[in-house]
Amino acid sequence: MTHILSVSVLNKPGVLTRIAGLFSRRNFNIESLNVGKTENPEISRMTIVVQGDEKVLEQVTKQLHKLINVLKITELDKNSIVERDLILIRVKCTRKQRSEIIQIADTFRAQIVDVAPDSLMIEATGTEDKLEALTELLRDFGIAEFVRTGTVALSRGQAAK
Amino acid sequence: MPELNGGEIIIESLKKENVDVVFGYPGGAVINLYDALYNSDLKHYLGRHEQGVVHAADGYARSSGKVGVCIATSGPGGTNLVTGLANAQMDSIPLVAFTGQVSSSLIGKDAFQEADITGISLPITKHNFLVTDIKDLARTIKEAFYIARTGRPGPVLIDLAKDVTQAVAEFDYPDRVDLPGYRPTFEGHKLQINKAAKAINEAERPLLYVGGGAVISGAEKELRQMADKAKIPVTTTLMALGIYPEDQPLALEMLGMHGTQYANKATIETDLLIAVGARFDDRVTGKLDEFAAQADIIQIDIDPAEIGKNLDVEIPIVGDVKTVLQELIPYIEEKENGPWQERIKELKEKFPLKYEDDGSETIKPQYIMEEIDKYTGGEATIVTEVGQHQMWAAQFHKYKKPRQFITSGGLGTMGYGLPAAIGAQIGQPKEKVVLIAGDGSIQMNIQELGTAQAYNIPIKIVIFNNKYLGMVRQWQEIFFEKRYSSTKIPAPNFVKMGEAYGIWSKSVDKKSELDSALKEAMEHDGPAILDVHIPEEENVYPMVPAGAGLKDMIGG
Ligand SMILES: Cc1cc2nc3c(=O)[nH]c(=O)nc-3n(C[C@H](O)[C@H](O)[C@H](O)COP(=O)(O)OP(=O)(O)OC[C@H]3O[C@@H](n4cnc5c(N)ncnc54)[C@H](O)[C@@H]3O)c2cc1C
Ligand SMILES: Cc1ncc(C[n+]2csc(CCOP(=O)(O)OP(=O)(O)O)c2C)c(N)n1
Ligand SMILES: [Mg+2]
Repeated sequence: MTHILSVSVLNKPGVLTRIAGLFSRRNFNIESLNVGKTENPEISRMTIVVQGDEKVLEQVTKQLHKLINVLKITELDKNSIVERDLILIRVKCTRKQRSEIIQIADTFRAQIVDVAPDSLMIEATGTEDKLEALTELLRDFGIAEFVRTGTVALSRGQAAK
Repeated sequence: MPELNGGEIIIESLKKENVDVVFGYPGGAVINLYDALYNSDLKHYLGRHEQGVVHAADGYARSSGKVGVCIATSGPGGTNLVTGLANAQMDSIPLVAFTGQVSSSLIGKDAFQEADITGISLPITKHNFLVTDIKDLARTIKEAFYIARTGRPGPVLIDLAKDVTQAVAEFDYPDRVDLPGYRPTFEGHKLQINKAAKAINEAERPLLYVGGGAVISGAEKELRQMADKAKIPVTTTLMALGIYPEDQPLALEMLGMHGTQYANKATIETDLLIAVGARFDDRVTGKLDEFAAQADIIQIDIDPAEIGKNLDVEIPIVGDVKTVLQELIPYIEEKENGPWQERIKELKEKFPLKYEDDGSETIKPQYIMEEIDKYTGGEATIVTEVGQHQMWAAQFHKYKKPRQFITSGGLGTMGYGLPAAIGAQIGQPKEKVVLIAGDGSIQMNIQELGTAQAYNIPIKIVIFNNKYLGMVRQWQEIFFEKRYSSTKIPAPNFVKMGEAYGIWSKSVDKKSELDSALKEAMEHDGPAILDVHIPEEENVYPMVPAGAGLKDMIGG
């Protein structure tokens, strides 16, 4: 089971190390971890995707709470969130294949952000599923490089209290 | 407001925290702090190694109930603290450790004696800080003490860039902390309290399983009330020996791997286990799914992460032991629990702790503990190293009060005992402090004899000399067909060693001579060493093999 945790932390030195260290020390599996600024400059929000059953999730949450600089942890309910990932993919392509690839990108509302003689770079955002589907289709052409940000997410409708 | 330098600010802050004793070892990166100490009325104890210094602060904290404070320099000074910090973290001991760091402009440049001690100590402290601006200094110290002593206590490290201790600023000690991410819970949830009371009132064979959290909380009175009101037998972990007087009919003493048979059998038979500040450690539970398998479990703990960490519990209560028991006791019905009390009595009679004594001049280790108990009227504070002697000390002495038994439980640190005994004596100047040491362990921080002698700390050191790393040898005997791989450890001449440090020392190997030697050591004005030769291959029993269930106890 994957769970998405939204964690508000005080922007103190070493806060990322503390959180990453906790996961490895306690043998928890992190799928992705994202840190970014929030509306309040003193507070950062981390979006952490973890693997594990309910029991693991409970321990993760409780152990995170023990870190002095962790303010709040919310498990995001997958049904009521906006969840996004950003991907940059460099696909190998011949002149002939270009239009086909551009079509695929269009279908996924992705952008072509760089064109080289033998490759294209595509930028796409969306849920993990969507990006995986896109990557899958592009694999046939040969993926030269790709990088993904990992998930960021917020609850719909209301501000997380 | 007065202008002070960083070193002076630290001293003034310590005074605000009611600290009167610090343990430390100087060096370049803390030289300004030591300069400020020079004129201060804080009592500073100079150890002989930073590991000794931090264990002494830990022993002091355990015996006094106050926060232990220690100081080390940058680089090797800090890294020498590592074992002591991990030890305190595992046993939830409140410490504040100050380390020097290179000047802020040099941090990250591999400067002389630079080590990333906040990075190194991250997983073995409750929290740590690096101070690079003198304006943050007083507030950081305030926060460090608050974090160390509240909630589930633990060690907090403050790394001080050298320029911070040199710089000058106004001293303004905050009266409150502002830590929005840190809010320990003290009171139990009403609904849970009611559920717990109902379960206790309905139970036929309830059992209190009491751990270090009850000691930290100072809950001995409440515990006594609770046990006596509903006639609930009490077993304690190694960390809580004495919180309930062991000479009482309801006392079952220690449970677990080397616990008493009656405690372990009661744990198997109970229908309601009430865990009070105890963390279901694997040395206690053995095989988890067999532990207290017939019982519902109530767990009182201040750390929510402990609830259900190892075992699912039916009634969790997050809160401070003392507060929760005070809330709970009024709802507990007075009860006799007749058949259960009878059963407990029967278990205690049928399966007492015992050992063989052939009546010869051989000195059995268990006998030494009984003699010390007798000689001191059971009143001494017993500190131990780690190994077989530690277990005999736990088993064959009746503890009567909390903080009377001081030992490294969670980390099991050989070398803890000698410095911790020094700290414990400083924390309890009026008590007799006896260190029960193994011949192996005491060599790990033997240099602290110098500290004991220099300050005339009157600890009585009794070495259980079996010329072996006995605890490991015992495992090799039982599980590895006596293949004694690297566990034979020829002992030095402890008497000569003690004398070289200027400490009264004596060796004994005949039972008939033990009493008078013990008396001499105990009455000696100052530290004393008694090197007692015990059988080389004596084993600690009973014993639950690692990973087995409590019912599979062997020996005893
Ligand atoms: C060689 C060796 C053999 C050992 N054999 C045994 C053995 O046979 N039996 C045994 O018992 N131990 C044994 N130990 C010790 C064992 O390893 C553990 O250290 C010990 O069992 C843990 O004790 P505890 O459960 O009381 O927890 P502690 O480590 O004392 O933890 C205290 C608990 O109380 C909580 N707490 C703290 N403050 C409060 C408060 N104010 N209110 C509420 N809760 C609070 C904490 O969150 C924590 O969960 C052995 C150790 C060694 C080295
Ligand atoms: C620092 C450290 N290293 C190794 C161990 C593993 N260990 C546990 S008990 C023990 C033997 C202790 O020997 P001694 O102090 O002579 O005590 P005895 O068991 O003989 O009473 C050892 C090596 C440990 N607990 N701590
Ligand atoms: Mg030994």
